[in-house]
Amino acid sequence: MSEIIKVKDLCLWYGSSQALKNISMDIPERSITAFIGPSGCGKSTFLKTLNRMNDLIPDVKITGEVKYDGRNIYGPGVDVNDLRREIGMVFQKPNPFPMSVYDNVAYGPRTHGIRSKAKLDEIVEKSLKNAAIWDELKDRLKKSALGLSGGQQQRLCIARSIAVKPEVVLLDEPTSALDPISTAKIEELIDELKREFTIVIVTHNMQQAARCADVTAFFYLGNLIEVGQTMQMFSTPNDRRTQDYITGRFG
Amino acid sequence: MENIVHGVFLFLGLITVAFVLLITVYLIIAGMPAIGELGLFNFLFGKSWGPTYAVPEFGILPFILSSVYGTAGALLLGVPVGFFTAVYLAKLAPPKVKALVGAAVSLLAGIPSVVYGLVGMLVLVPAIRSIFNVPDGASLLAAIIVLSVMVLPSIINVSMTALEAVPKEYEDASLSLGASPIETYMRVTVPAAKSGIATAVVLGVGRALGEAMAVMMVSGNAPNMPSLFESVRFLTTAVASEMSYSSGLHRQALFSIALVLFLFIMLINAALNFILKHRKEG
Ligand SMILES: Nc1ncnc2c1ncn2[C@@H]1O[C@H](COP(=O)(O)OP(=O)(O)OP(=O)(O)O)[C@@H](O)[C@H]1O
Ligand SMILES: [Mg+2]
Repeated sequence: MSEIIKVKDLCLWYGSSQALKNISMDIPERSITAFIGPSGCGKSTFLKTLNRMNDLIPDVKITGEVKYDGRNIYGPGVDVNDLRREIGMVFQKPNPFPMSVYDNVAYGPRTHGIRSKAKLDEIVEKSLKNAAIWDELKDRLKKSALGLSGGQQQRLCIARSIAVKPEVVLLDEPTSALDPISTAKIEELIDELKREFTIVIVTHNMQQAARCADVTAFFYLGNLIEVGQTMQMFSTPNDRRTQDYITGRFG
Repeated sequence: MENIVHGVFLFLGLITVAFVLLITVYLIIAGMPAIGELGLFNFLFGKSWGPTYAVPEFGILPFILSSVYGTAGALLLGVPVGFFTAVYLAKLAPPKVKALVGAAVSLLAGIPSVVYGLVGMLVLVPAIRSIFNVPDGASLLAAIIVLSVMVLPSIINVSMTALEAVPKEYEDASLSLGASPIETYMRVTVPAAKSGIATAVVLGVGRALGEAMAVMMVSGNAPNMPSLFESVRFLTTAVASEMSYSSGLHRQALFSIALVLFLFIMLINAALNFILKHRKEG
């Protein structure tokens, strides 16, 4: 499996406090990589460095490199908007726009210049089908997305992010605000999506990582402690701290 | 004890209601006779105002149209400027610029209207005369420009508050789809704040429609049918400028003008309430 993202010696500071310390890891293409670790260890921070969503926070300093498609995304001449089209993101709290279901999904394609109604219809349908929510929503495309259930909203957000045909989809605890049934649906969906997309998911739920992820990375206090095949990581972790964490001794 | 406190607050609250009622009832009582005598249609749509003519004329269409055009013109200039300023301040401005411009806007809001009138009279009116080469700069245009500045603070402040209240999650979602920040503000943040922005515009309408002093000082105050470079008189200034020496039917007609103005303002308020009520569904 080839690597789509290669991170080398990445450090990040919020003001004077260092949140990421010399992170180096590769993210394999068309597979699911999970980030686990106790609260505040830097999972979300690291995830956001992968599509430069940290740029929006004042006073953030980043060193090291993140290579996507062979190119350092923090290097000169990188168009951040293009980057984010290719590396999309789904957030912890479902955040559909206060618009119709259709307009939510069509927002990204429209942003990137697609105007034809037929083409947009096609993208909307395909994205919603890909997100396994077409059957539930096909009769309410014109209704406000804010009227959907939390689980539906989150799947709509996934549909919205894949509508721009990204290469990578970053998901930050996408199921932590959802009930078990919605969670199961999203896990199933993610498993489907890895055929077309590279998935990186942050989760607090150990079973979720074990169930879904091909590769798992364990973070602790801003350090990447261990990264490896999920099976191996959960059965025979190399590091003591990983073992303690996955067996629930802390976190 | 609780009951007494409650009673006091209720009483204070009712005072406001009482004043509103008092004003409404008084205006209706005072404003109806002249309308009754002159006929509603003649009064509202008469094109000539001349209470001291040999055959007095009491048509207030010039005032109504001047007020409407003046307000519309002020918003035509003030809304775009105010709106983009609000977007800039809420979303783009560096903190220092934001503090500076914010302070200037607050100051603008606090300047008494007579001062606007004075500056308009001394600077704007001569400027219009020389730039457009007209006999007198005191005109509808001068009033529009002064009013457009006067409506800025409320438009900026109210829109800015609305824009700042839009959840950051919406913007994050848009950015993560590859939209640029400006695109994000225009296509996500602004639509999400639209009811607040509409409120800002309506407040601006109220402000412009109700202003008398500054308008009187720069508009020349002649009861002409409105035209950009002509001297005009607004509903507000029509009441204010003749009240002191009027009597009889003339005086009653001025009350009727006040009643018409009052109805306009009520309409604006109703529009505002409508917007606020539908805010949640928006
Ligand atoms: N915007 C910010 N400004 C300053 N410090 C921040 C900011 N965001 C996060 N941090 C700090 O950086 C560290 C890592 O935070 P991060 O949100 O990445 O952790 P996390 O692993 O995602 O935690 P959780 O599991 O609770 O989501 C924490 O100590 C946090 O307080
Ligand atoms: Mg987090």
